[in-house]
Amino acid sequence: MKKRPALRDAAISALVLIVVLAIPYLYRNAAFEDFIIRLSAMALFATSLNLLVGNAGMVSFGHGMFYGLGAYAFGLTMQMTDLSLPVAAAFAVLLTAFAALCVGAICVRLSTDYFAFITLAFQMLFFSVIISWQSLTGGDQGLRGGIPRREIFGFELTSQLHRYEFCAVVAVLGLLALRHISASPFGQTLRMIRDNEERASFLGVVLWRARLWAFTIAGAFAGLGGVLAALFVSGAYPELADWPNSGQAIFAVMLGGINSFLGPVLGAAILLALNDVVTRFTEYYGLVLGIIILAFALGLRRGVLDFLKLALPGRTR
Amino acid sequence: MDLDALGACLTTPACVVTQTTSGLIVGMLLFLVAAGVTLIFGVLKIVNFAHGTFYMLGGYVAYSAFGATESYALAVLAGALAMALFGVAFERALISRVYGSNVLMQLLICYAVVLIFDDIVKIVWGPEFHAMGMPPAFQVMPFFIAGGVVPPFYAVLIGIAALIAIVLGLGLSLTRLGKTVRAAAINPQMVSALGVNTTLLFAVVFAIGGGLAGLAGALAAPVRSLSPGMGFSILIESFIVTVIGGMGSIAGALVSALMIGMVRGFGTIGFPKFTDGLIYIVMIGILVLRPQGLFGRRQ
Repeated sequence: MKKRPALRDAAISALVLIVVLAIPYLYRNAAFEDFIIRLSAMALFATSLNLLVGNAGMVSFGHGMFYGLGAYAFGLTMQMTDLSLPVAAAFAVLLTAFAALCVGAICVRLSTDYFAFITLAFQMLFFSVIISWQSLTGGDQGLRGGIPRREIFGFELTSQLHRYEFCAVVAVLGLLALRHISASPFGQTLRMIRDNEERASFLGVVLWRARLWAFTIAGAFAGLGGVLAALFVSGAYPELADWPNSGQAIFAVMLGGINSFLGPVLGAAILLALNDVVTRFTEYYGLVLGIIILAFALGLRRGVLDFLKLALPGRTR
Repeated sequence: MDLDALGACLTTPACVVTQTTSGLIVGMLLFLVAAGVTLIFGVLKIVNFAHGTFYMLGGYVAYSAFGATESYALAVLAGALAMALFGVAFERALISRVYGSNVLMQLLICYAVVLIFDDIVKIVWGPEFHAMGMPPAFQVMPFFIAGGVVPPFYAVLIGIAALIAIVLGLGLSLTRLGKTVRAAAINPQMVSALGVNTTLLFAVVFAIGGGLAGLAGALAAPVRSLSPGMGFSILIESFIVTVIGGMGSIAGALVSALMIGMVRGFGTIGFPKFTDGLIYIVMIGILVLRPQGLFGRRQ
């Protein structure tokens, strides 16, 4: 049977989208809708990180920078101009992509350990700029005053339902695009570089150029996630660009499985759900999360989806 | 930005002395923590993200020991020893299980330990800030150098850290243990094949690293307040120190820790809101120009 992966992925996304969009018409639940909105931001963030970690083997500790930048760029554009929401979002994503291009140009030539550290340094630099540039960003209080919610195509984002629909559509389309990129020849090239960079180089791949592309694309999609996050909290906070946020994305990627495309999405969902459940019972969220991470890292030793793939052989994908 | 204030400070001896001492304090404490990070990385190739936790716990243990015994010397000893033991336990129970596996797995385990102990500290000592206060022995008149105030405790702290730096440097280059450690950093299999018990050696390295971080925490307790998140900021800074100095180099850690200390000491006057940013810029600059760090060997 001849496979048409692109068509199949599109069909699956359409199906998921229909189901997700249909749920509120059958059953309204504010907590569930909040969860999906947060998940859409986090899923884009984690999956874009996995383009670097899982496909290209580039462990970036500073991915939160682009998430935060997307949120701030979007929030500030909406507050300071009269641009409509999609234009402001597109602008924020472009700006993030450009920032990722600049940061990546400096970082991608460094070897693994140093790449991790320099991306962390850039993120912390960005974080301290946010904190110290109070007149623009509001400093450690975050960007306040809300994001003006103009209507787009008859949507009003003041309504929770419309926000839910908007985030779901953007996230599914974004994930589909990322899926395409990771299945494309370019994605294959990245995996070849990850597995054997000398060989890739002998085959004529310009390593730094491929890595820079991956870094830029990943930054842009993290920025898109940041836009959704800004929409959800109606503002932007320095914590979005802080170290623990990057750590959480890395954990989401690891938890779900770095070798499965949907792993990071599952990881993000588990993390968010865990957060919601645990904080209801105890204030010591870190303690519980830490023990779970330990059990996972020492017991399972790989992400959930990767584990299932190994446990259920026969399916190659 | 306040370059006038910086200029004015640099031309007044009193201000230079005061800022240099506070920079030295920051630098020396950082060195003690970073020396452990760099030692552990040099020998085990593990980036110990849990090192800030050792520092934090060292501070808290010293705080409790000081409350119980009223002797600061005993408190420092307790902090350092407890963390040396903790380091061994951490290595044996957790890190030894992921040698040679994915870097991200090692990172996750350290991250989990950080989360767990931040909360344990909250449970045991409470979430609020604690101040140990200056030990009575040091509550004496500060002395003055060129008009700048130098509290005696600062001088003692800098002296202890300098002593440790010398002992560590000489120990690594002259003693048998030091030579074994350096050999293990280059080729652990060969060291093991020559009959050295590398399992024990790795545990010793973690004990030294943990002990140094615990010592730093105990020494810092009188001059800084204790809080559950305190390990984190020093962790990030000690990484910066390690990277700037060159991963695995003790001398590099000393030089870059002092450099960061000075940037902090004088940066607070010239760029009060952007001191952190300044440090990250230094780090980025060095990584771009000399990726292996000031004293690092090219891999």
